[in-house]
Amino acid sequence: MVSFLAAAVIAATPLLFATLGELITEKSGSLNLGVEGMMLMGAVIGFSAAYGTGNPGIALLGAFVAGGAGALLFAIVTVSLQGNQVVTGLTLTIFGTGFASFVGDKMIGLSVPASVLEFFSARKIPILGDIPFIGPVLFRHDVFVYLGYAMVIALSIYLYRTRAGLNMRAVGENTAAADASGIAITRHKYAHIIVGGGLCGLGGAYLGLVTVPIWQADVVTGRGWIAVALVIFASWNPTKAFLGAFLFGALSILGLRLQSMGIHISQYLVDLFPYAATIIIVIISTHKNRKEDLPPGNLSEPYFRESR
Amino acid sequence: MKKKFLIVLLIMVLAVSMAACGNGGNDDGGGAADDNGDVSAEPLTVGFIYIGAVNDGGYTQAQHAGTMAAKDYFGDQVNTIWLEGIDDTNKQAATDAAKQMIDQGAKVIVGTSFGFGEALNEMANSGEYDDITFLHFSGSYINDTNLGNYFGAMEEPRYLSGIIAGMQTKSNKLGYVAAYPYTEVQIGINAFALGAQSVNPDAEVKVVYINSWYDPAKEKEAAEALLSQGCDVITQHADTVGPQLAAAGEGKFAIGYNLDNSAVEGLEDAFLTAPVWNHDIFLIPTIQGIIDGTWTPESYYGTMADGYVDLAPLTKNVDADAAAKVDEIMSEIKAGEFPIFTGPIKDNEGNERVAEGKTLNRAEIWETDYLVEGVTSGE
Repeated sequence: MVSFLAAAVIAATPLLFATLGELITEKSGSLNLGVEGMMLMGAVIGFSAAYGTGNPGIALLGAFVAGGAGALLFAIVTVSLQGNQVVTGLTLTIFGTGFASFVGDKMIGLSVPASVLEFFSARKIPILGDIPFIGPVLFRHDVFVYLGYAMVIALSIYLYRTRAGLNMRAVGENTAAADASGIAITRHKYAHIIVGGGLCGLGGAYLGLVTVPIWQADVVTGRGWIAVALVIFASWNPTKAFLGAFLFGALSILGLRLQSMGIHISQYLVDLFPYAATIIIVIISTHKNRKEDLPPGNLSEPYFRESR
Repeated sequence: MKKKFLIVLLIMVLAVSMAACGNGGNDDGGGAADDNGDVSAEPLTVGFIYIGAVNDGGYTQAQHAGTMAAKDYFGDQVNTIWLEGIDDTNKQAATDAAKQMIDQGAKVIVGTSFGFGEALNEMANSGEYDDITFLHFSGSYINDTNLGNYFGAMEEPRYLSGIIAGMQTKSNKLGYVAAYPYTEVQIGINAFALGAQSVNPDAEVKVVYINSWYDPAKEKEAAEALLSQGCDVITQHADTVGPQLAAAGEGKFAIGYNLDNSAVEGLEDAFLTAPVWNHDIFLIPTIQGIIDGTWTPESYYGTMADGYVDLAPLTKNVDADAAAKVDEIMSEIKAGEFPIFTGPIKDNEGNERVAEGKTLNRAEIWETDYLVEGVTSGE
């Protein structure tokens, strides 16, 4: 049980980063469906940076910048040029997939250098790691996982406890009102789209550097779409995103674990569960109509001051 | 106005990206014809339809290695072209790919994945493409004039890899990461299990299906699930290095598939061997036959004796007695004296499937819809 839950945390980490990235993008009013593409861009650049320099810090930075660069393209098209967000996001996914295939072409089969592997090896957190049950599940992982925990806390504080977070939420909820109150709309949107993309890039990098530290084409294989669903599942809340990512991560390996124990279960049913759960959550939250569970008011609506 | 322009722009970007996904390639050879009086002035163009990328580190890479070996063999006589990343669940995609390569001058179309069969069958029998030869890997479509198929007795190297696993396991539990529960995969699992049980009657094979041919992280997670159940040799019928990494990470053994990964960093102490394909063994004589005009449609089933299927060289991790046993059985298989599926064989529900003394022929092997005794799976 402990080993299963610990493995679930590993499976959840790429989902968590991508979900947090998409979450702040959506909170600031943009729906970027390019998560899968940005994850792949982060994965391939993170891997090549790790391979080229042997420095884990540069690998993480590279992954963040690569995801952010993909998001920058999205921001230019949707914020400055007022393009359709859905179409642009889908295009970004296709672009990112092609970009990763192109850049990763010659790297297939290469390994992450030992220095980086060592940096991302599991380390126990003192005291916390010794708590029975919770310790082995949550606090005996690699630093990348801990970075994910830190991001959840940082984002929760940022969103709900700071002025900047309030401004950013205002942009997403009611862009015109935020504009009238003097918030720099374009700057806010750009910043959050780019940082969100960077987080997606880190999520991809986890798959390419830690989960499978030998480069393979298309390491992300659809996890970006699960992250998009997770944002809705988490009703745009970082803490719920953590729980959701953990749940979806656990579900993604549950079928495999049951099968290995000889328990009959259809992997098809297990694979569709995240999406089914998301639909159920959407139905419940729409039905309850609680304000904090609803999507940001102006989500995916382009804002153009003169056309108000 | 600006919006309309943007939409058009985006659609163009999309179209370009899609075209980039369906990557094509050619060997750039055969352009300049020799004028030294060769009989065949024009090279034969052979077009390959691939499901994945030619460097996917697995299935398509192995296919492409065969293509390149054939190309090297024929030199100027043969020009090879290919299209990568063609969806094999989409008949139209395969048809379009074939037509595109025929437009580029291909006289032979090779579909290298099961799902391309229907498209090739339809084209071959349409009457429009009577001058084109169609070859299909892993299917059974055939006609009297221009459509043949080819496959191999992968059960032979799978059985041998099972012998190694059966002799090296300490827990008597072997893990098998498999793509989908269907005949081709089940034959491989059964052969592996029978091989293991032939040297170790207590050997048990645990199977986890991942419902994908290609998902590095999921394949690794599946292998980790098997390792957590006490399996100490992991093998796979899926395309990536993921399961091997999981085994290496726990200090256990791994048997790959398609590629010899013995040199991959991090797998040095884990990798045992891998059942592999040598597609050039089929392609070279077949293309020669087409050039000479002697080719007739056939259902080719390559064996270890032909060299079409094989076991990658055993690594230092394989015990000497396991290697000796593999050598012994391999020579019997190559001599045609060792049929893999010989009764009595029971399935894992206790029903007798092959009676004592009976040996399955190729057609009967391909009716397999069960797993043998000693195999547990979640499906």
